[in-house]
Amino acid sequence: MALNRDTDGLLSEVTQFIYREARFQDGHAYDDWEALWTDDGVYWIPANGDHSDPERDMSIVYDNRSRIALRIRQLHTGKRHAQAPRSRLRRVVSNVEVLDEGGDEIRAISNALVFESNLRGDIVWASRNEYLLRRVNGELRMARKTVHLVNNDKALYSMSFLI
Amino acid sequence: MFPFVGLGDDMSAQAAAIPDINELIRPEHVHGSVYTSEALYQAELEKIWYRTWVYVGHTSEVPNANDYVLKSIGPQPVIMTRDRNDQIHLLLNRCTHRGNQVCVFDKGNSRTFTCPYHGWTFSNTGQLRGYPFPSGYEGTDREELGLGRVARVAEYKGFIFGSFAEQGPSLEEHLGGAREAIDRLVRNSPEGEVEITAGFLKHKARANWKFLLENETDGYHPQFVHASIFSVAQSGIGDLYSSDSTAVARYLGNGHSENDLRPEFRRLDKPLGWFGTSAARMPEYVAAMNAAYGENKAREIMIDGTPHTMIFPNLFIAEIQIFVLQPLAVNETVQHVTALQFKGAPEMNRRLRQQTMGSVGPAGFLLADDSEMYERNQRGIQVRDPEWVFLGRGKNRERRDEDGFMVGDATDEVPSRGMWQHYRTIMEER
Ligand code: FES
Ligand SMILES: [Fe+2]
Repeated sequence: MALNRDTDGLLSEVTQFIYREARFQDGHAYDDWEALWTDDGVYWIPANGDHSDPERDMSIVYDNRSRIALRIRQLHTGKRHAQAPRSRLRRVVSNVEVLDEGGDEIRAISNALVFESNLRGDIVWASRNEYLLRRVNGELRMARKTVHLVNNDKALYSMSFLI
Repeated sequence: MFPFVGLGDDMSAQAAAIPDINELIRPEHVHGSVYTSEALYQAELEKIWYRTWVYVGHTSEVPNANDYVLKSIGPQPVIMTRDRNDQIHLLLNRCTHRGNQVCVFDKGNSRTFTCPYHGWTFSNTGQLRGYPFPSGYEGTDREELGLGRVARVAEYKGFIFGSFAEQGPSLEEHLGGAREAIDRLVRNSPEGEVEITAGFLKHKARANWKFLLENETDGYHPQFVHASIFSVAQSGIGDLYSSDSTAVARYLGNGHSENDLRPEFRRLDKPLGWFGTSAARMPEYVAAMNAAYGENKAREIMIDGTPHTMIFPNLFIAEIQIFVLQPLAVNETVQHVTALQFKGAPEMNRRLRQQTMGSVGPAGFLLADDSEMYERNQRGIQVRDPEWVFLGRGKNRERRDEDGFMVGDATDEVPSRGMWQHYRTIMEER
């Protein structure tokens, strides 16, 4: 059991990391966001509730590291029509908790509310985000991020920004 | 009052009546109001969605006795059940007592459905099995209180269709020229069957369903709408829809159409080239196909690949996935999409899912951009001048193929023109 002070230190480091990620996403800072990933990162947005298996069931996003890179390259073309013009975004991230820590890895969760404004109109997205963070050369990196949208069992409009 | 776009100045007078369809559809033009008229949408529900054959689900979604899954026909929710005798039923999700929803779970296994309001219980064949405190119903005929049902249910190679009309053309007559697309699809499985087991993504667009339908076999758009992903993913798909492509757009009758890419795949002459892979990378699948069909036939199947066919009004077989169109309102449509799975081909199935997940759904590399176009089209069409959509591309070079179907070049608007003539015919029926 870590000392309280150390735990607080870790929580604050993780929170700062998640805030920074949110800022990169809201600002469409695609390369900065991509740099937050480890080389084996997996970005997963499940569909149809809380019990789906990405190796069996359809997911909204189930990107391995090379597909994350492809997603970013597509956004950079400027011809990703669903993001041209880009969505205007502002998100609030809260309820950050460190669930456990072992070796180089940290499991953390947060809640997020994202307000998106685009050509169609305005929309709010809500999610619980799960992170597997890893310390690489002293810096935190995302090895896995799972975005559990509250309404992932319903029909959704396009979600072409980084959530 | 529902706004009528572009139909003239006296909007309120026209809003109540169903527009005269003959005035809205010409050989190479369609009036913009066909995508925006609320009255027309209501008429479509009656004449298309609640009358003709509509795709509902696949037998593999209810594999076991007493399985059920919630489906839909347009805005109508439908429970697809398999009873203990393996018969498939399409039941309407409305209690015959006072109209409560009978089933609110997406899927499950149950012999009966009990309405939570007053406890009426229905069997998965639709019959009313019983009600609590029956003495209050003395003299009532239980036989007449079964769940509503889709009048006709028919299957073609695992694909279940329903028609609310008691009578009419058979499913096979309705499928007509599109039947062969299903044949061509299922033979890509060494067991001759596809399965739908990965669950659906539900992707909503604020657009009329016919914009989606027409886009499915529009070979003109891919190079532009999908330029971003084609340029970064080294995809060969763009070339299939270039002006040099030998692929053809074909109208199959009864509203159905396809982009037939086989001429290109045959030119490539590479088994599994259609799927962006090779025989060497899928040895188990190739062995299973050879064993099932013999080497020559298997090679032919693996070169030709799967179809790109839109079965009117709502089933789009898109090579590696199916889309099921569900209109919810004149300007709101859901595409239900999932990966096809080839029975007896585990090696292929993961790749089918992975490719599908990358391409489609709300965040898909392809479909987020298609959906962006549907929605911009819906907004654009409401501008009052010009009033007409021009669908004349390839009129100068359209021709009949050896089967008598109208075909055009890969990027031509033969499918849309054919669909609109069919639409006019069924909308004019009484
Ligand atoms: S409404 Fe279903 S039992 Fe009364
Ligand atoms: Fe497209």
